[in-house]
Amino acid sequence: MRLVARRLALYLVTALVAITVNFFIPRLMPGNPVEAAIGQMRSRVTPQTIAALDLQYGLNTRLSLWGQYLHYWHQLLHGDLGVSFSAYPATVASVIRAALPWTIGLVGTATVISFALGTLTGIAAAWRRGSWLDSLLPAMTFFQAAPYFFVAILAVALFATKLGWFPQNSGYDTTTLNPGLTWPFIASLIDHAVLPALTIVVGSVAGWVIGMRNMMLTTMDEDYVLIARAKGLRTARVIAYAARNAILPSVSGFSLAIGFVVSGALLTEIVFSYPGIGYVLYQAIGSEDYPLLQGIFLVVTFAVLAANLLADFAYAFLDPRTRQEG
Amino acid sequence: MSLAPGVPMAAQPAPSLPGRGHARMLRLPRSLKIRVGLGMAVFFTIVAVIGPWIAPYNPSASLSTTSGVPQPPSAAHWLGTTQVQQDVLSQLLAGGRSTILVSLVAGAVATILAIAFGVTAGYAGGWLDDLLSMLANVFLVMPALPLLIVIFGFLSRTASPNDVLIGLVISVTGWAYGARVMRAQTLSLRGRDFVLAARIAGERAWRIMAFEILPNLVPVVATSFLFTVIYGVGTYTALSFLGVISVAHWSWGTMLYWAQSAQAAQQVHIEWWWFLPPGLAVGLFGTALALLNFGIDEFVNPRLRAAGLTGRPRRARPDRRAGRAGPGGRPRPDRPRAAAGGAPAPRGGQAA
Repeated sequence: MRLVARRLALYLVTALVAITVNFFIPRLMPGNPVEAAIGQMRSRVTPQTIAALDLQYGLNTRLSLWGQYLHYWHQLLHGDLGVSFSAYPATVASVIRAALPWTIGLVGTATVISFALGTLTGIAAAWRRGSWLDSLLPAMTFFQAAPYFFVAILAVALFATKLGWFPQNSGYDTTTLNPGLTWPFIASLIDHAVLPALTIVVGSVAGWVIGMRNMMLTTMDEDYVLIARAKGLRTARVIAYAARNAILPSVSGFSLAIGFVVSGALLTEIVFSYPGIGYVLYQAIGSEDYPLLQGIFLVVTFAVLAANLLADFAYAFLDPRTRQEG
Repeated sequence: MSLAPGVPMAAQPAPSLPGRGHARMLRLPRSLKIRVGLGMAVFFTIVAVIGPWIAPYNPSASLSTTSGVPQPPSAAHWLGTTQVQQDVLSQLLAGGRSTILVSLVAGAVATILAIAFGVTAGYAGGWLDDLLSMLANVFLVMPALPLLIVIFGFLSRTASPNDVLIGLVISVTGWAYGARVMRAQTLSLRGRDFVLAARIAGERAWRIMAFEILPNLVPVVATSFLFTVIYGVGTYTALSFLGVISVAHWSWGTMLYWAQSAQAAQQVHIEWWWFLPPGLAVGLFGTALALLNFGIDEFVNPRLRAAGLTGRPRRARPDRRAGRAGPGGRPRPDRPRAAAGGAPAPRGGQAA
C-alpha cells in the first residue's frame, strides 16, 4: 500500500496548493474586479453580507494577509464558500450541491463506458496489427483533437435539431415532469443523457485506444506471451494474459486523463444546457459571479483528486507488485 | 523506413557532436504520417501569418443591416455570414493568427519549462528531484481548465487581450507532463559513460545538462512541444468559447462562442457554415500535430508501425536490444510513456 500512501500525500499537497492558489488569485490580479461587483450588490444585500464578502476578498479590512488566510481556511472547513452573486441569497455551496449529481452521473457513466470500450478496441487493434482498426486511428485522432464542445455542437445540430432523435437541451423534460423516482422521469433522464454521454465517449475514447494498443504491442512480444502461444492455449487466454499486464499503464495514466475528461464534460454540458456544474460555470462567467467560479474550481479539483484516489486503489488491487512492497 | 540512421538517439545515445545530426535531419522523412502532418502544419502556419491580410472583409463589420438571419455561402461570402451579417471566411482567416500564435507561445514556453524542470530534476537527484517532481505532479493532477477559468475570470475581460500573455498563462498549466517524461529520460542517461566522462573531466553541471544530455532528448522534446501546442490550441479555444477571454477578440474559439449562443437562442436553423469551419480548423490543426507526433513515435519505436507501412513481415521479432523489459521480464508500467508512443491521454484538445 506504499503506492497509495505516497499518492495520498500527493493529493493532499495538491489540495493545499489549489486552496492556497484560490486564495491568492483575486488578491494578485490587477484592478480588482471584485470590488466593482460587490459595489453593484451593495443596494440589494444586507450589510453583513457585504462585510463577509469584503473579508473574503480582502477589501476594506485591517486584518493582515495571514489573518485573512486563516479566516479563509476557517470558512472553508465549515463548508462555507460564500454567497453567489448571481443567485443571491443562495450560497455557493447550495448552488454547487444542486448541480453536482448531474455532472457526476453523466461524467462517471461516460468515463466508464469510454475506458471499457477504448481498452477493448485497443486490445483488438494490437492483436490484429495492420487491420482496418489501425486505419481508424487517424479519424479517432481528429475527434480527440477537435474540441469536445465542437463535437457536441455537431451532435446537437445533427441528431437533435435536424433529425429530432434526441432532446436538444436540459437534463429531463422540465415542462411536464417533476424530479422523483417515477418511471417517466427516469426514462426522460436517460433520454436526455444519451447524446451528451455519447459526445464525451467519442471525444475521449481515442486516448484509451491508442494507449492500450501501444502498450499491448510491446507486451505481445514478451516471452511469456510466446510461451503461452507455444503451449497451445486458446487465443482468448493468450490475449487475456497479455492484456492484464498491458492495462496497468492505462490505469496509472487515469490521473492524466480524468482532468481532461472532466473539463471536456463541463464544456459539453454547456452546449447541451445540461444542468450540471459546467452549465453553472458558464452562467457564473457570464454574470461575473466570482465566488461561484472559485467554488467550482475547488469542487472540481477535489472531485478529480477523489477519482484519482479510486484509480490508485484499483491499481494497487490489479498489480500485486505494489502490494508486496508495502 | 528501415531502422537505419535517425533512429533513437534516445535509445542508443552517443555523445552527439554539434553539427553532426544536421544532414540527416534535413532529409525529407519517408513516413506518410509525418509528410501529411508537416504539410498541414505548414499550411496552417502560413494562414496564420497572412490570414488577416487576405481576409476579404473586416471580420467585425456588419455588411448589411437588412437581415437578422445568417446567410448560406454565396459568391460574395464563400462561407456565408453570421447572424449580424459578418463574413465568416474573414473571421476564420483573422481568427487563425490569434489561435495559432497563442498555442505556439504556450507550446514553446511550456517546453522550455519542461526541459528546465525535468532535466534538472533528473540530473540533480536527491531532495531537488523530490521537490521538482512533486511540483510537476501537483500540476499534473490539478485540473487545468477550471484553474485557467478562475485566472482569466479575474483578469479584466474588457481590456484588449494580449496573445503572448494568454499563451504564457496557458503554458503554466501545460509543462508538467513533458517535465515528467524528460526527467525519466534524463535519469536513464545520467549514468551513461559519456556523461560520467564529462563529469570526470570537470564540466559544470549546467554544461553537461545542456550539451551532453539535452541533444539526446531531441525526440522527447519534439513530442512534448507538439503535445503542448495541441493542448494550447484546445485550451485557448475552450477559454474563448466560454467567453472568459474577450469575445470581441477574434479567434476560432470566439467564432464558436457566437455560433453557439445564436444556436442556443433559436434552435431551429442549423448554420453549418458558421460553426463547422472554426471547429474543423481547430480539429485539423490538432490532427496535423498529432500525426507528426505519431510519426516521431514510430520513428523512435519501430514496434508501433503498422505492418503495411514498413513492408516487413507482420510478426517480425523486434530488436531485442531495445531494452524494454523491466526486471523479471515484465513490461515496466512506470517507464516513460511518451517515448513509447501514445500517452494514455494525449493532451490534444482535451481541455476543450
